[in-house]
Amino acid sequence: MKQSAPVLTADEKRRRMVTATMRKNGYMPDALIETLHTVQSAYGYLDDPSLRFVANELHIPPSLVYGVATFYHAFTLKPEGKHRCILCQGTACYIKGSQGILNAITRAYHIAPGETTEDGEISLLTARCLGACSMAPTAIMDEDVVGNLTPEHALAVLEGWTKS
Amino acid sequence: MIHMNQALTPDDLPRVAEAENTAAQAFEHTIRVCVAAGCLSQHSDQVKQGLEQHIKERGLTHCRVKGVGCMGLCSAGPLVSVHSQEALYQAVKLEDAPAIVESISGGTPAERLICPTNRPFFTQQTKIVLANSGEIDPERLEDYIAVGGYRQLAHVLNELTPAQVIDNITRSGLRGRGGAGYPTGLKWGTVAKASGPQKFVICNADEGDPGAFMDRSVLESDPHRVLEGMAIAAYAVGASEGYIYIRAEYPLAIQRLKTAIRQAERVQLLGNSILGTSFNLHIHLRLGAGAFVCGEETALIASIEGKRGQPRPRPPFPAASGLWNAPTLINNVETYANIAPIIANGPEWFASIGTEQSRGTKVFALAGKIANTGQIEVPMGTPLRTIIHEIGGGIPEGHRFKAAQTGGPSGGCIPAEYLDTPVDYESLTALGSIMGSGGMIVMDEYSCMVDVARFFMEFCMSESCGKCVPCRVGTAEMYELLSRIVQGRARMEDMALLQELCEMVKYTSLCGLGQAAPNPVLSTINYFKDEYLAHINDHICPAGQCQFEAVAQEVQL
Repeated sequence: MKQSAPVLTADEKRRRMVTATMRKNGYMPDALIETLHTVQSAYGYLDDPSLRFVANELHIPPSLVYGVATFYHAFTLKPEGKHRCILCQGTACYIKGSQGILNAITRAYHIAPGETTEDGEISLLTARCLGACSMAPTAIMDEDVVGNLTPEHALAVLEGWTKS
Repeated sequence: MIHMNQALTPDDLPRVAEAENTAAQAFEHTIRVCVAAGCLSQHSDQVKQGLEQHIKERGLTHCRVKGVGCMGLCSAGPLVSVHSQEALYQAVKLEDAPAIVESISGGTPAERLICPTNRPFFTQQTKIVLANSGEIDPERLEDYIAVGGYRQLAHVLNELTPAQVIDNITRSGLRGRGGAGYPTGLKWGTVAKASGPQKFVICNADEGDPGAFMDRSVLESDPHRVLEGMAIAAYAVGASEGYIYIRAEYPLAIQRLKTAIRQAERVQLLGNSILGTSFNLHIHLRLGAGAFVCGEETALIASIEGKRGQPRPRPPFPAASGLWNAPTLINNVETYANIAPIIANGPEWFASIGTEQSRGTKVFALAGKIANTGQIEVPMGTPLRTIIHEIGGGIPEGHRFKAAQTGGPSGGCIPAEYLDTPVDYESLTALGSIMGSGGMIVMDEYSCMVDVARFFMEFCMSESCGKCVPCRVGTAEMYELLSRIVQGRARMEDMALLQELCEMVKYTSLCGLGQAAPNPVLSTINYFKDEYLAHINDHICPAGQCQFEAVAQEVQL
């Protein structure tokens, strides 16, 4: 009789991804940042149980794991919205008016950078520099890098998200 | 026929190159489409697919389409070049694919898409680091070997001793391209002399300066060049493990590096017994997690070790005690990209380019209020005026040049009266700025210099790692003072206090981040003191940027 693969729950699958990263790095303590990257991409954020799990597996004190998780901007301890708008706040974008775009979004959706709308639809984030300065001001809307952005254009994209 | 899944020997490299070039000659026309991040975000991948499809539909067997790296003029993207027509096409859309294919069979270039290449932007550059960018397919090892890739590694491994390699680099006069400009040969020599059972080489690809994107571009366009440079460095200093620390914000560069490492390992250009010798080098990728301070070498090392990226006092320098306390060589992406050409053409050739103190070329990322944004490579010592008004095409919309910002949050602003300054390490330092990694942001009369200083201080304040007091507290206080000035709440005493704080933070901070944090403030006070005074005394922003009333209302709320 053919044996089918065990059915994994979504959570088990994600846990496996995390374990795979740690195994690849030989469960060494220096794999911490790599592992947290995996947790973040699997879960969308770093939740408490995952942080404890990683600390346990890599034999690192939870305080140290928490320290690393909060030190780096790439990690977030809060779940994010369905859509992500990352506004670049680099110098070139700043010179070309990224502040106006940020203000427009903040005013229209009542969210500050790092926050998510109450309905959990949109997260507003800022980036130090996306390295796409030639098209400043830029933003990453979900997965797309959008250049030469205006406040109107940015609001139109966000409105498209809330409608769909 | 050499299979690209078995170990290569030094003799195989010219053979692979020959086979590759013969295969290329079978095509009369090669259409090169830029697939680096700038053009990709304008959907150059669709353009590439469109071109491929049209060529296939029309059965043109003498044409092929190739994805290549950055061609430099990002503001005109997506860019497509056809060497056989001597044509560069700009702002190409998917709908334009038939016209380009048509023009190739018709024999005349498609006029309406032509990007003129007889302009200073194209004629005044000297390309060493970017020589292969826009020419080769960054995802094919064979393409890199076809232009002579990895042959310098073979030459070094078989014919030069580590000491001879270091001597070559020293004589070339190459200085670190990450910002500080430390002589590369000297650094290599120090690591080579250090004793220890294990040594490491690290490539700093944590390009954190806002406004700088040269390293991203080099890694996306020519990743093997960096790997070859690292391998030569590892041989010279006696390392067998290497790390590339790259920003997680650069997904495409990460993916291309991963591909390149895998390809090189498959044919033993990396890994064990490289090119049939006893030299081993394993290169690992480490992703940054968004901390500017990790560009500082000791913080970067802490981050590779999986810790918080906080710097530590030096000495001991990483050359003596770095990663896991072993002697460690850290160089920047652009520095490594210079190595193979130096070995290939000789140190004298490299030293003949540039100025007495600063040899070779420098890649700059031009951005801000300038007509031609993108990346350029010019000999050291090129006057700022040439870079901005000729290569950069000047300021658009008839505006005037006000200042060029170099070196990011650690640098300063250079005003119009110093436009004739040659761009090299010493000249920029003398002006109160720094070379930095190569970001150059141009500002016109609508940029308020006080606001720019505040922008950079906000950056340093939130990026301060918090370890040493001068930086942690000092940047926050300076930010508060600058905020008061731009909001029209400051008094003259605040100005004196600000300058005093600048001095204190500059001389007492632990690492480069804090020591250089006052630079944008000091340089703007130096050259644009009138603007500060106008804000404080007259509550006027000469650039019309700062809105005093609106801000005052917000403060009340």
